[in-house]
Amino acid sequence: MSEVIATNQTILVVGGGISGLTAALEAAECGKQVILLEKSPSVGGRVGQLHKYFPKLCVPSCGLEIQYRRLKANKNVRLLTMAEVTQISGDAGNFTVNVKVSPRYVNENCTACGECGKAVSAEFDDEFNYGMKKRKGAYLVSHMAYPQRFVIDPRIVAGDDGAKAKEACKYGAVELDMQEQNLNLNVGAVVWATGWKPYDAAKIQPYGYDRYDNVISNVEFERMLDPFGPTGGKIVRPSDGHAPKNIAFIQCAGSRDQNHLKHCSRICCMATLKQTTYVKDQLGDNCKSTVYYIDIRAIDRIDDFHRKVKEDANVTFVKSKVANITGGENGNVILNGVDTEGYNRYRTEHDLVVLATGMESTVPAGVFPAGININEHNFIELDGDSGIYGAGCSSDALDVNRAAQNATAAALRAIQVVTRVAGQEG
Amino acid sequence: MSDMNQAMVEKYRSSFLKEVEANVEEGHWVKMCMQCGVCSGSCPLGPHWEHPPQEIFMMIRAGKREDVLSSSSMWMCTSCYNCIARCPRGLPITHIMHGLANYSKRLGLQPKNQPTAKFSQLFWNNLTKTGRVNELKLGLSLYFMNGIGPGIKTALKMQDVGLGMLKTGRLNPLEILGGHSIKDKSGLQKMLKKAFEIEEAKIAEYKG
Repeated sequence: MSEVIATNQTILVVGGGISGLTAALEAAECGKQVILLEKSPSVGGRVGQLHKYFPKLCVPSCGLEIQYRRLKANKNVRLLTMAEVTQISGDAGNFTVNVKVSPRYVNENCTACGECGKAVSAEFDDEFNYGMKKRKGAYLVSHMAYPQRFVIDPRIVAGDDGAKAKEACKYGAVELDMQEQNLNLNVGAVVWATGWKPYDAAKIQPYGYDRYDNVISNVEFERMLDPFGPTGGKIVRPSDGHAPKNIAFIQCAGSRDQNHLKHCSRICCMATLKQTTYVKDQLGDNCKSTVYYIDIRAIDRIDDFHRKVKEDANVTFVKSKVANITGGENGNVILNGVDTEGYNRYRTEHDLVVLATGMESTVPAGVFPAGININEHNFIELDGDSGIYGAGCSSDALDVNRAAQNATAAALRAIQVVTRVAGQEG
Repeated sequence: MSDMNQAMVEKYRSSFLKEVEANVEEGHWVKMCMQCGVCSGSCPLGPHWEHPPQEIFMMIRAGKREDVLSSSSMWMCTSCYNCIARCPRGLPITHIMHGLANYSKRLGLQPKNQPTAKFSQLFWNNLTKTGRVNELKLGLSLYFMNGIGPGIKTALKMQDVGLGMLKTGRLNPLEILGGHSIKDKSGLQKMLKKAFEIEEAKIAEYKG
């Protein structure tokens, strides 16, 4: 790996999802030096795993591609993948950041030809598809991976598969003796944009995510729509692979709940409304959707979207937080509860349940210097003088649009810090 | 303000919510309910409630005093704590239900012949007499709760259980003569009397 040059006029952006990319690019296009770190082998984050954006229902890969082109064209950004921050010390204008870079075992000669993937045989759960599918031990994270470079899974490096991958590579790109690296970076400001992860649905015990095959999470449902995804783009029941006829969407699955995430995750109402349009587009009148909700939080311009979905005769809304889910016949499940509009007790059978799981912050413990204010929801609170700024879903539960706006604001705060440093240093 | 205005203000004043907050155990939580319905759906006795907890909370906020306090609903609670475990807002629903039942009893508004209310009264009388529960007398008073005829019937039905308990020393037949007691019986009764007076004074203004 070539040397990474950083000074206290450098901005460090941690996380290569839509927020991190945006913050890094906005700062770099203002002429600042930026180092962008990404933990996984490819940037793109959660957005890359989405089928469509709400409310415009356009394809996220389009926006990502624009960001990748900006990234490629900009000499001020240095991207490091498979890199994780382990410790930050110091103050605004002068931070020391310890970074651990895991070996990819593939160097820059890689052309993503795919020969190594064909040569190896061991398969592992595909993280990009939430384990709904297997991938090879030598793999490209996704078709949209950036950089377009394969990765060798550390679990095959020492075995036969590792040797096979090396042998198959015509470009000498496979380097099985690559080692973990530890870097010490001196930077002026940090934009923290490690984003979110879906709340672990198995923790919502009454909903039986771990007990019933046909209870899935909304991020898994999203993956089903990808033509290259685990189901080849088809909406199916995991238990038998048949198309569902009667889907239930359960809102606030893990959000707005003292037993789980206290905060409102903000995106799940719109995500579900959006997903009912997938059902409509693919299955038409052959499938009904029922949305169980406490209240639908689709405000201002996205309210139009909500109204439009309500006009769909195949979509029903039930104002009720489902109390529990029990097993039924043929892999079906039964939703039990009492609605709030009339206090009617229901016991409704569905053949597929999609839990609109909440957004859990991934801000880590034990990394930041003292004084960084992380709130009870594990989001970084804004402190103008701290030099460390949360961006996107590290600062609050946000949709893509608001995450990008928030990241731009964080970039501006970081720019102010390094500009002040530059002024002092003359 | 005109009389009509006053009347309207009175109509919409949520005085019952304030009354509940002042007099019902954990009553200050009622305003925190967000009407998701998880408590009602989680209640194992739910189908037997006239108004599920979530509806009771809404009725309190809507000022339906008589309907709430004379309802049999909160007397149906078996303290399984499913609702408390699942409530996303952390409301101590079980305790609120007991608080409401207790308050309606103090005001004399509980449904007539409500078995839980009757049993609670029997238990309380039994306990406060000596400061100790007299299990023999409590059992017998339960048998005869609904009159002599059904009492004898129940006693006959239960005689094997009773004899078994006698044999294994789980039931002392001498308890019928008055039973064991705490050391300072009259002290306890004085204390309870005083507490009762204080409580009565507190709710005097709410008594119809």
